[in-house]
Amino acid sequence: MSFDAAYQSKTFNSVGTRPLRPDGVDKVTGRARYGADFNMPGQLVARVLRSPHAHARIRGIDTSKAEAVKGVKAIVTAADLPDLTNGNADLFAILDNCMARDKAMYDGHAVAAVAAIDEKAAKQALKLIEVDYEVLPHVVDVDAAMQTDAPVLNETVFTTGIEPAPTSPSNVTNRAEFGHGDVDAGFAKADVIVERSYKTEQTHQGYIEPHACVANCNTDGTADLWVCTQGHFVYRQNCADLLGLEVSKLRVTSSEIGGGFGGKTHVWAEPVALALSRKAGRPVKLIMSREEVFRASGPTSATSIDVKIGARKDGRITAASATLRYSSGPYPGMWAELGAMTSFACYDLDNVQTVGFEVLVNRPKVAAYRAPSAPMAAFAVESAVDELAHTLGIDAVDLRVKNAAKEGTKSSYGPVYGPIGIGPTLQAAKSHPHMSAPLGKNQGRGMACGFWFNFGGQTCTDLNINADGTVTLAVGTVDVGGSRASLSLIAAEELGIAYDDVKAVVADTATLGYNDMTDGSRGTFSSSMATISAARNAIKVMCKRAALTWDIPLEDVYWEDGHAHAAGTKHGNRAPLSVKELAAEAGNTGGPIAGHSELVADGAGVSFATHICDIEVDPETGSSRVVRYTVIQDAGKAVHPSYVEGQYQGGAAQGIGWALNEEYVYGADGRLQNPGFLDYRIPVCSDLPMIDTQILEIPNPNHPYGVRGVGETSIVPPLAAIANAVSNAVGVRMSHIPISPPRILAALDGNG
Amino acid sequence: MRYERPQTLEDAAALLAAADAPAFVLAGGTDLLVRMQNDNFEADLIVDIKSIAGMGDIVQSDAGFVIGAAVPCAALSEDAALVAAWPGVVEAANLIGSTQIQGRCTVAGNLCNASPAADSVPALVAADARVRIAGPNGTREAAVIDIPTGPGKTSLAKGEIIEAVLLPKRAAQAGDAYLRFIPRTEMDIAVVGVSVNLTLDAGGTVTSARVALGAVGPTVMLVDAAAEAIIGTSLDDAALDALAAACSAASTPIDDKRGTVAFRTKVAGVLARRAAQTAYTRAGGK
Amino acid sequence: MASIAVSTTINDDDVEFLCQPDETLLDVLRNRLGLMGAKEGCGTGDCGACSAIMDGRVVCSCLVLGAEAQGRTIETIEGMADGGELHPLQRKFIEHAALQCGICTPGFLIAAKALLEVNPDPSETEIRFWLAGNLCRCTGYDKIVRAVQDAAREMRGETA
Repeated sequence: MSFDAAYQSKTFNSVGTRPLRPDGVDKVTGRARYGADFNMPGQLVARVLRSPHAHARIRGIDTSKAEAVKGVKAIVTAADLPDLTNGNADLFAILDNCMARDKAMYDGHAVAAVAAIDEKAAKQALKLIEVDYEVLPHVVDVDAAMQTDAPVLNETVFTTGIEPAPTSPSNVTNRAEFGHGDVDAGFAKADVIVERSYKTEQTHQGYIEPHACVANCNTDGTADLWVCTQGHFVYRQNCADLLGLEVSKLRVTSSEIGGGFGGKTHVWAEPVALALSRKAGRPVKLIMSREEVFRASGPTSATSIDVKIGARKDGRITAASATLRYSSGPYPGMWAELGAMTSFACYDLDNVQTVGFEVLVNRPKVAAYRAPSAPMAAFAVESAVDELAHTLGIDAVDLRVKNAAKEGTKSSYGPVYGPIGIGPTLQAAKSHPHMSAPLGKNQGRGMACGFWFNFGGQTCTDLNINADGTVTLAVGTVDVGGSRASLSLIAAEELGIAYDDVKAVVADTATLGYNDMTDGSRGTFSSSMATISAARNAIKVMCKRAALTWDIPLEDVYWEDGHAHAAGTKHGNRAPLSVKELAAEAGNTGGPIAGHSELVADGAGVSFATHICDIEVDPETGSSRVVRYTVIQDAGKAVHPSYVEGQYQGGAAQGIGWALNEEYVYGADGRLQNPGFLDYRIPVCSDLPMIDTQILEIPNPNHPYGVRGVGETSIVPPLAAIANAVSNAVGVRMSHIPISPPRILAALDGNG
Repeated sequence: MRYERPQTLEDAAALLAAADAPAFVLAGGTDLLVRMQNDNFEADLIVDIKSIAGMGDIVQSDAGFVIGAAVPCAALSEDAALVAAWPGVVEAANLIGSTQIQGRCTVAGNLCNASPAADSVPALVAADARVRIAGPNGTREAAVIDIPTGPGKTSLAKGEIIEAVLLPKRAAQAGDAYLRFIPRTEMDIAVVGVSVNLTLDAGGTVTSARVALGAVGPTVMLVDAAAEAIIGTSLDDAALDALAAACSAASTPIDDKRGTVAFRTKVAGVLARRAAQTAYTRAGGK
Repeated sequence: MASIAVSTTINDDDVEFLCQPDETLLDVLRNRLGLMGAKEGCGTGDCGACSAIMDGRVVCSCLVLGAEAQGRTIETIEGMADGGELHPLQRKFIEHAALQCGICTPGFLIAAKALLEVNPDPSETEIRFWLAGNLCRCTGYDKIVRAVQDAAREMRGETA
């Protein structure tokens, strides 16, 4: 039975129900073990020394005094790590970010690390490490970094994607262009053109669990890493590559993960912890402080985006263009490219052009953050679409409906869409009671749409049928928000057994084949595909065992409702054999029963959402409050609806925080001013209303159950939805995120 | 570093006076333990005053209220008489941090931390509160406004400990209110804080007033011009306009990660107006 | 630094430990007593993941010195269930899918328990402000608030 991933309509027994999650009790009793909750005998404590400068040449590092501190067992600097300067550029960037070699590129960049018997000795040693810095001019603003007089971060970077190739180095690493048609001709046909520039500030994923790991290198070349990560197989590969370890000898176990949102797809301190362990000959535990998390891990890009949209009086868009500048920190990324690809993905456009510029700045290396790059692009485009609706005097939803992409539309980034959900989410928004509810004084309503590709990727899954007929499902995608429950539902559905008879676990790197990260909303999508495939393989085995038991030909056995059945009456109406019965006899029929699957999960269906929000603004102080919020999104098929709703609500909340209050604030010295939850203001419980959700199910034709990824799209519309709501409340277009009280008040007072 | 838990104020003062490296008083610890997280924090001695008799008590007398230095702010709102007499002080104290912080933080600590943005300090200043200070040479009293001398700096001498915060007895027809601006609904440091305390005559005319501002200068400030703007009025629009203007004029804020000069200057006036109206209503004005 | 001997009560058990004078209660719980249910999300009292109840008041254990536990009564997440029986809040958090990654969950449960002990019938607004010191980045708080409301209803003896 080969695996056919195509969607087949069916009635579900398990999928779509809301059972209790298998890791629930551990997590409400404090027993679940996260990154910092693991210890090894003889373990040392690691601390990292970080640059106080935004940009500085490292002329030398003297660790002799620190090494003399009693209890210090190892100190590493870049000199203790492989020099990849002339090697693979991607690996060089990863390693240089973990430990600065020639230059510190941002405030918080690691320059040395200590392992000691306790925190006190480690701290004391850090103070005694002498780093000779030559402070260099720095630039932290994305627009300033593009100016010709800006300090150049990397003399070897020449902008790619430009003809002819530039001859002088620049902070612009790449120019990427997407689109089709003729935008000039399209704008010439427009009755109305709106054009505006937008800015968004840098935000952080803000996971509550700081990065943490325990690393152990043995003298025989074997090593273990316990770590909170979104992808332990990728961490294994990265660490092995960076430290010259054999992949098979490095075993990585993913702990429970206390939030990631993309920020735990990149190695930060793990290679350093392994290097310390190798040097000290003892296990090393490294936990980043919250301040380190903000200064040296994960932020998203700051952006500067220009949008131009032209339309006829009837609302049909004739042309659309956008220029997008995304900061990527000190190393090249593909953030602007993703922004340029996603910006107009919701629309069916004859003439569209987007250009993305990737810009180096002296800020932490940008990491993926939930639908990376899409929220900023959507903010700019959906704000412009809202402005266009006002200019044309057309309802904001109607205008979008008129221009929405549909099956067969050539997307602005290239591919032609299959069945998609943008139209249905807009129709659902139009008929949603929220849309017609009366607004109070000083309130405004905004809506916006969002798109995300969703990823698939390499996936490997084992499904083992135990002697009592229960099932152990070993997956390699880290469970970031309830996927063990969803995947157990899938296995139960496919095998025709009860959810409670399936126990899903996340296997470590030594016990399962390679899996890509849990990113791109792929966890449930791709692992469910592999789970279905594995279950079908197990069913194939069970049918064989039934044939053997009954002594009838295999082709006379079929599987239905969790049982092997003998076809027709010629076999004397044999009673069907259940999974339990087959499992009990496995020792006598050929041994253990299992299904295995390894595949590349292709065909992740694109996903769309429409959000509606009401905001109340205090016109005297610029204070704003989210009064009501509704998320409508296509899930393809919601496997566990409670956790789908949770993804919708969580993404919306992150987007609301981004829109209103969250931002990295840098001083003139290039130092981060707010590396803590006190002044990096993520939404608190009292900031938000209940977040209503509506799940639409437009099946993904490329998944057996129609599943699409659901995790990321929900963060795409909120920036624009909030901006549109505030703009509608105050009567001034808000074009700079976050829309903080000082910005609102300045706009109201005409100083915006 | 040593941790000491003396049983008497005399012992506490003696410990602090004898310390030759940095020494700190520990009451609720919500500021001190945050500072201790910093790698550059140095201390030789921490003196926990919570075992000293009376430190955890709120006592009402003919003179007013005595709030022990170790009373957690959450306890203030549980004292009905205190809430009735000084609702503005209690609401200010209850705005400090989260539920978790409220269970530990103290008004004395909020004062000694000497942040210009401290929530309870404008309310205490507007209330004309005083503090009783124990030290190596005995006990003295001082006005709350004389304690902070700049960001992180106080007028307390070596070995001195604030023993209690003293709130005066309340006149009839008096009321106070504190308002602050924060970007979120909770958990932020005040971007602007305003407290108004006033007394009315039988006709609803303001006979006395004190107006204090936080987070718009290096220390909490008492703005006489703002008080004068409403004394003798029944808080009509003109008086409120004058009050707001006086508060904005008195503000000397800075641009920082929490707000801008323009924002703070304007909002100081807006909040003063609103706080005055609440205080007026609490005083029985209509 | 000389260690300090501390006698205290944790989850109804008499406990003795030695700690450094500058060591937080959170570090004592996690590193000396093996009670790892309290998490360090910030170390500065801003996230509530380390919440514990001390003498009836919910506190951030990262802002309490271990030495201060002397003679006090402390409750942590490990003591919330009654043997094998989950506290109604624990049950409702699972039932309502009020956790995704779960790192903030112990802190929310401790804070919510303290709330319902002083206010058995809180309004949504009261719940939201009481829990404002507990950060959650996954859920948007919606299902957390609903779980607390439902647990409160059950604990008051009402049916949903």
